[in-house]
Amino acid sequence: MSTNGVERKRIRLTVNGAPVERDVEARLLLSDFLRHELGLTGTHVGCEHGVCGACTVLVDGEPARSCLMFAVQADGHTVETVEGLATGDDALHPLQRAFWEKHGLQCGYCTPGMLMVLKAFLAENPNPTEGEVREAISGNLCRCTGYQNIVEAALEAARLMRQLS
Amino acid sequence: MPTRIFGERIKRAEDPRLLTGRGRFVDDIDLPGQLHVAFLRSPHAHARVRAIDASAARAMEGVVAVWTYTDIGPCQRRMPLLIPHPDLTHPYTRFALARDEVNHVGEPVAMVIAESRYLAEDALEAIAVDWEELPPVVDIEAAVRPDAPLVHEELGTNVAAHYVGIVGDPDRAFASAAHVFRERLVIERSASMPIEPRAILATWDDTDGVLRVWDTTQAPIVIRNALAALFGLAPTQVHVVAPDVGGGFGGKIMVYPEEVLVPYAALALRRPVKWTEDRFEHFVGTNHERLQIHDAEIAVDSEGRILGVRDRFLHDAGAYTPYGIIVPIITACQLPGPYKVPNYHVEFRAVYSNTVPVSPYRGAGRPHACFVMERLMDRVADELGLDRAEVRQRNFIQPDEFPYDVGLIFQDGAPTRYDSGNYPAMLDRLLQEMDYHRLVSEELPRLRAEGRYVGLGIACYVEGTGIGPYEGAHVRVEPTGHVYVATGMPQQGQAHQTVLAQIVAEELQVPVETVHVIEGDTAHFEFGSGTYASRSAVVAGSAVALAARSVREQGLRLAAEELEVDPADLLVEDGRVFVRGTPERGFTWAQLAQLANPLRYAYAGDLAVRPRPWSGPALPQGRQPALEATEYYSPPHATWASGAVGAVIEVDPATGLLQFHRLWVVHDCGKVINPMVVEGQIHGGIAQGIGGAFYERLHYDENGQLLNASFMDFLIPTAMEIPRIEVAHLETPSPLNPLGVKGVGEAGAIPLPALVAAAVEDALRPFQVHVTRMPLSPDELLRLIHTEA
Repeated sequence: MSTNGVERKRIRLTVNGAPVERDVEARLLLSDFLRHELGLTGTHVGCEHGVCGACTVLVDGEPARSCLMFAVQADGHTVETVEGLATGDDALHPLQRAFWEKHGLQCGYCTPGMLMVLKAFLAENPNPTEGEVREAISGNLCRCTGYQNIVEAALEAARLMRQLS
Repeated sequence: MPTRIFGERIKRAEDPRLLTGRGRFVDDIDLPGQLHVAFLRSPHAHARVRAIDASAARAMEGVVAVWTYTDIGPCQRRMPLLIPHPDLTHPYTRFALARDEVNHVGEPVAMVIAESRYLAEDALEAIAVDWEELPPVVDIEAAVRPDAPLVHEELGTNVAAHYVGIVGDPDRAFASAAHVFRERLVIERSASMPIEPRAILATWDDTDGVLRVWDTTQAPIVIRNALAALFGLAPTQVHVVAPDVGGGFGGKIMVYPEEVLVPYAALALRRPVKWTEDRFEHFVGTNHERLQIHDAEIAVDSEGRILGVRDRFLHDAGAYTPYGIIVPIITACQLPGPYKVPNYHVEFRAVYSNTVPVSPYRGAGRPHACFVMERLMDRVADELGLDRAEVRQRNFIQPDEFPYDVGLIFQDGAPTRYDSGNYPAMLDRLLQEMDYHRLVSEELPRLRAEGRYVGLGIACYVEGTGIGPYEGAHVRVEPTGHVYVATGMPQQGQAHQTVLAQIVAEELQVPVETVHVIEGDTAHFEFGSGTYASRSAVVAGSAVALAARSVREQGLRLAAEELEVDPADLLVEDGRVFVRGTPERGFTWAQLAQLANPLRYAYAGDLAVRPRPWSGPALPQGRQPALEATEYYSPPHATWASGAVGAVIEVDPATGLLQFHRLWVVHDCGKVINPMVVEGQIHGGIAQGIGGAFYERLHYDENGQLLNASFMDFLIPTAMEIPRIEVAHLETPSPLNPLGVKGVGEAGAIPLPALVAAAVEDALRPFQVHVTRMPLSPDELLRLIHTEA
């Protein structure tokens, strides 16, 4: 299929646990697909060249820069975004609770990327040191917080999650 | 007992939605039928536009319009000069789309409006421009020579402004001084770099005849007023909202070309139009800051007491001066810092170059000033064999010398007058936190004996905050018990919704969760200027406090009337107004709001309002049907925050890398509304300061090409580079405002270049390195080590 001479392709994927099926332009970025086709605007775009990490989502559980992927590359895969973290208004994910508690965000723009990368990181390393947390988020730029409270929040979230498990 | 809310670590009201992906940033908003804009930007630093052929682009599928200068109707006017100054004798602003000349790489030349951003960008490539390249002016020292090519031919000079400020008799002070030391000091170009780029969405609402604009601006009221004037609309026909904004740091306060062109497109095409800046555009299209070259000298007596300072500097204005000369004026006024400088000569020239225009970035001229003054203080200490802390202590303005006049007119047109502070106690506290004497006498010698290049630095600073002209606030207690607060200040992450709510909750003694702050929306508040210059808590916070106090008085009067008691016998606690000693005699704030408004409220449950015998109009003269007030606060002049920072760093002489061992801050921003938020502001400022001291430099080549216009090449520090920051608060209240607060937004960014310079120099004493430029980098450190050695 094509409009404007641009090739379109049907994709089927799972986003935050729900099946999604759409026709998309082959060149449509995954970040634009999530934000402007699915309305999942929690995933932010800061640089579109894969450095700032604001657009980080989980693809099959692994952090990925959604600005460096085409939507068609997500065909057949599972995508998790920040909108899928909390299970309800009163059920914030421990990472979200810890970020709130420790003032781990200011403008909130880098936050979804931080949360997603930390979700994957804490699944791998449930009891990290401060240095390990710093390394884990070193691919995500924050211009507001100086990172200190993000690190505190990640360590607090790890504690909360260990208590829960 | 009243509940203490002001001063508490209260969790932010903003966070739940931002944490769950429910924030609303401009680019998050999509309107039905929306068009998308992409801009064609100049690839040349300086060139004449001979002709533009957009016919092929216009013919492309999905392209609705391609506009050049001739197509933009009212936007053909020159962009406004926002802040004139008598010494800005040669101001120059641009056209929204270049008319016949471009003056920096990135200057907008044409705009494509298409059905999608992808199609709009496709069409950019089909636009042909016939350029005539002109000689670029990049080096500002060369730019002031008589034979230099000119950025703006018709001005006849590259010097936009020449300012001279003189306090006392500097020449005599220098002539009689025991010692005079000179330094040439440079701070390079940098920029705010918020992670959210700029974005604008506009739509003409035909139903009510209103132009609606969502803009990532730090000053929505300024934008509204500009658009109304430009398009000949009533101000109430333009509605500007700054929703969630992903960081600003100065770069988002301006009237940028895109901010008038996108709304104009919505007006002209009668469809919603959106533009979102990409990161490359941000590097070349959003204002920069920082480059100044100082020739500074200090005169001291034999004890290291300052007799005078003379400083002449060049300030890189970039291609245009839309924001006047605010940045170098701040540098000039703040240069003396916390020290007594009885004789002072400061002089600058603001110089045009074919680079992105310069306007404030967090610190706004202050990091430069602090770098110069602190470098001079370190030099005095080293030359006279004195301890660096001791030299500072000998020169501080003393606590009993406030208010203290520096003797120059500050950025707001008011005197540079420090209102309060305690600089000796501030430095003492820092030294105590650092365990300074043990560090100097034991720790550093021990580490150096191991062959390590460790160094210690300290730096002190002041920050003029909370400038005018004014801000306002509207506070209303609703009959539901909610409290509505509106101000004109938008936020970009500074927690206004939390801290302003704390101020109101404290005054009315209501739970902070019941206070809802609306900001950055011109439909809610129409007067004020915006968020900049560390002024929100001071100026808007004070207005909020005054309005809340007025509402409190109204509530007390009303309760006293109803209860037939003297207002002085009433207490306000626990969300209620009641009679002292008999707490059951009283009203909740919701009941008082209902009493104020003689109407029935459906579904409102047990009402305080009962039918009563006729006794005249339901709303007697002088009464309003709500507990509400609008108040404004206009500061007499800036209130001056201050701070001292210390660090122990280590340099690896093999790699030129630098590592912080410890980093301490003692900060005094007067009364603290929310310590958690203040610490967050300090952390963030420090991180940007570290960026400005070792990582972030915008690098132009001699042709005016920005060589590192990406996050791959312009290095913003990550969590690996920013150390743990140890913050201690001092509270010297400001006598100027009803809350005793001072601003904190820019604080951390100010002293870091000075601090890192001092610490690096100390670490590399064996190589006798002298640090005179910022930022450093591994290359620069290696060069210093090898040249000096």
